[in-house]
Amino acid sequence: MATLTKPESDTESEGTPKRKTDFRFRSLRSTYIKEWGVKSLLLVCATLSIFTTFAIVAVLFTEATRFFQHDNVYCDAVIAEDGDRVCKAFVGTSTKITAGTEQACPECGHMHMMPAEITVVDFISGTKWNPLLGRESEKEFGVWALISATLMVSGIAMCLALPLGLITAIYLSEYASPRVRATIKPTLEVLAGIPTVVYGFFALTVITPTLQIFHGGFGTFNAMAGGIAVGILCLPIVSSLVEDALQAVPRALREGAYGLGATKFEVSTKVVVPAALSGIISAFLLAVSRAVGETMIVALAVGSRPQLSLDPRNDMQTMTGWMVQMALGDVSNYDVEYLSMYAVAAVLFLITLALTFTGNIVRSRFREEYQ
Amino acid sequence: MNDKVHPLERLEGLEPRNRKFWDSAFRWLCIFVASTSIFFLLVLLGSVLLIGVKTLNWNFLTHYPEPLPENAGIGPAIWGTIWVCIVCGCLALPTGVATAIFLEEFKPRNRWLRKFHSFVQLNITNLAGVPSVVYGILGLTLFVSMAGVFGTPKEPAVSVGVDYFDQFFSAGEKALLIPIEDASAPATVVTEGMKAMNTDGEWVDVNVVKSRRRLPKDAEARKYALISGRESGRIEKASWYYFRLPFGRSVLAGAFTLMLVILPVVIISSQEAIRAVPRSLREAGLGLGATPWQVVRNVTLPAAIPGIMTGAILSMSRAIGEAAPILILAGAVFLTASPGNLMDNFTVMPLQIFDWAGRPIKEFHSLAASGIILLLGILFLFNSVAVIIRQFTQKQNS
Repeated sequence: MATLTKPESDTESEGTPKRKTDFRFRSLRSTYIKEWGVKSLLLVCATLSIFTTFAIVAVLFTEATRFFQHDNVYCDAVIAEDGDRVCKAFVGTSTKITAGTEQACPECGHMHMMPAEITVVDFISGTKWNPLLGRESEKEFGVWALISATLMVSGIAMCLALPLGLITAIYLSEYASPRVRATIKPTLEVLAGIPTVVYGFFALTVITPTLQIFHGGFGTFNAMAGGIAVGILCLPIVSSLVEDALQAVPRALREGAYGLGATKFEVSTKVVVPAALSGIISAFLLAVSRAVGETMIVALAVGSRPQLSLDPRNDMQTMTGWMVQMALGDVSNYDVEYLSMYAVAAVLFLITLALTFTGNIVRSRFREEYQ
Repeated sequence: MNDKVHPLERLEGLEPRNRKFWDSAFRWLCIFVASTSIFFLLVLLGSVLLIGVKTLNWNFLTHYPEPLPENAGIGPAIWGTIWVCIVCGCLALPTGVATAIFLEEFKPRNRWLRKFHSFVQLNITNLAGVPSVVYGILGLTLFVSMAGVFGTPKEPAVSVGVDYFDQFFSAGEKALLIPIEDASAPATVVTEGMKAMNTDGEWVDVNVVKSRRRLPKDAEARKYALISGRESGRIEKASWYYFRLPFGRSVLAGAFTLMLVILPVVIISSQEAIRAVPRSLREAGLGLGATPWQVVRNVTLPAAIPGIMTGAILSMSRAIGEAAPILILAGAVFLTASPGNLMDNFTVMPLQIFDWAGRPIKEFHSLAASGIILLLGILFLFNSVAVIIRQFTQKQNS
């Protein structure tokens, strides 16, 4: 096997006159090797994404495991006569010894306060999140206090973003003239490109004071302002994804309905939207997952008091808010509060992964095929 | 549309007048709702401009974030953003485009490789949905501390291009430097006949005296006089190529983390650009006897490059505005200087804005708004470049 190639100027033997049409046969082996090399390089790059996923899962779950094993106490006393060696002996676990009692290290005799026991069940079902105040034995890690705030903020955001996004998408896809599209489409693109920290600032300095004009009960930090800001953030995501879904509905369906004498309203709501339902639902799920993972807005505007509350005027702390507080604070890397960040992140990761996964499945499995 | 009843049969009972009314009512509702997004944008931009425009001046651009709001500026954060984004772009764009080429142009025929292929694709879709704060936590463990495998950032296992010194201040208030082996070496003890470096890097003799009374009177001699028993401070001088493992809360750790954040975006947009290249072009190349890589290099990539560039610019603007992962891995740092090498501490503009916006004093809010104006200005510039590229190539293609 050989291919016709143009010889490069440096491989040409000296003395032979250079002719433009001088083609000669060259071995394919070097081409094969090069091809193989490029292919493996590309493969390595593609493997990076899989490595990232595995790294996320590995990091979150090993550190979360350390969090749940934190009730195993190891001695950290420094033994001076032994050249400043740290003892590191196993003292005990609070599952066997009552929390709050003191326990002596079996090797060096240093006394240790037994911490509160953290079990997976307590973490997942508990409703009180109280790791910073009180003594070691009184710390509570019930993640629902954080999840409820996340759900509250995302719920408010979705109440705003889903109807507005859906109607905007219907308008853009079915009604708008090219001239109107040319103003609204870029507006939505700009809204989608604004960094989230800007929305956080907006929530804190504009939305909250406006809410306080209407109702005095809103605090400086409240779930409502954060929810509205997250809603504005999600609006362009919902509208662009839903518009894509609506535009994928074939023209023939619309024409058929118009031919039967339907109005535009009837065509939009009774033909096009039901036909694009799987795409719309998947867009909604993706928007919810975006709202759940939103960080900067809730860190700025929603506050930092973890509590189980249904009142949107209160300040709350979401899962992401807790992570930010831990990252900003000066807690030691080995403290249980710091490790709780990983456990919360694991919960957040699982929630968003489930939402994205369901969204993709809905879009691919329940898609109506018209061709 | 699976039900047997045709949707329009449900309309039978409705009067034509009612149907007309609902149609126009819905049209007005649509117009109203669609204009709310314009309203939101105008209110947002207007309020930010109103709060921030008066503190946006040259001082603000160049100063470091001093504690007093009148003097504070965003200088180190601007340089931090530039550093991180350039490094992040150099890492993420080649990798992302390579992955997209692999996924689009090298579809395997082997059954197992095909499974791997679709697994990568599914994986990227899911990675795009992972919240950026989770990437921050990943970066904190994987890059900042490297899971403790290479020691702590303060005492790195591997470090190149850094010198450690014990610094003394002489009686004449001049810094004297004693080079030491590494960061964990014991503190230098002041002894007689000691040699030290001055700040210009020249070796000088140090005159060690027992007590304050024995210090020389001459001001020039006092510069190199030390009282024995003085304590030293440890400083490090890093070259531009300073590198260490683990990375610590450095520019490189931030860039790697941001790379993971924007990689799915780069890959997906590059895939779309490559997919948009007509099949016939590739087939012509293959028909001429070109190998798959030759087709990619000479045919597909040149045709797809405008689309890839647009996607790259948009993903870089995402990287510029991203605050959550940087916040998790760098924390709130107070910096007086811009980063000088890849291992320096850093802060970025969104993080500085977050810091100011979170403070209770109103003056800092106006600083935050000025920072936002600057940030939005940069993003606007990026996006207009993307739009120009898009329009230019659309004209070319038509």
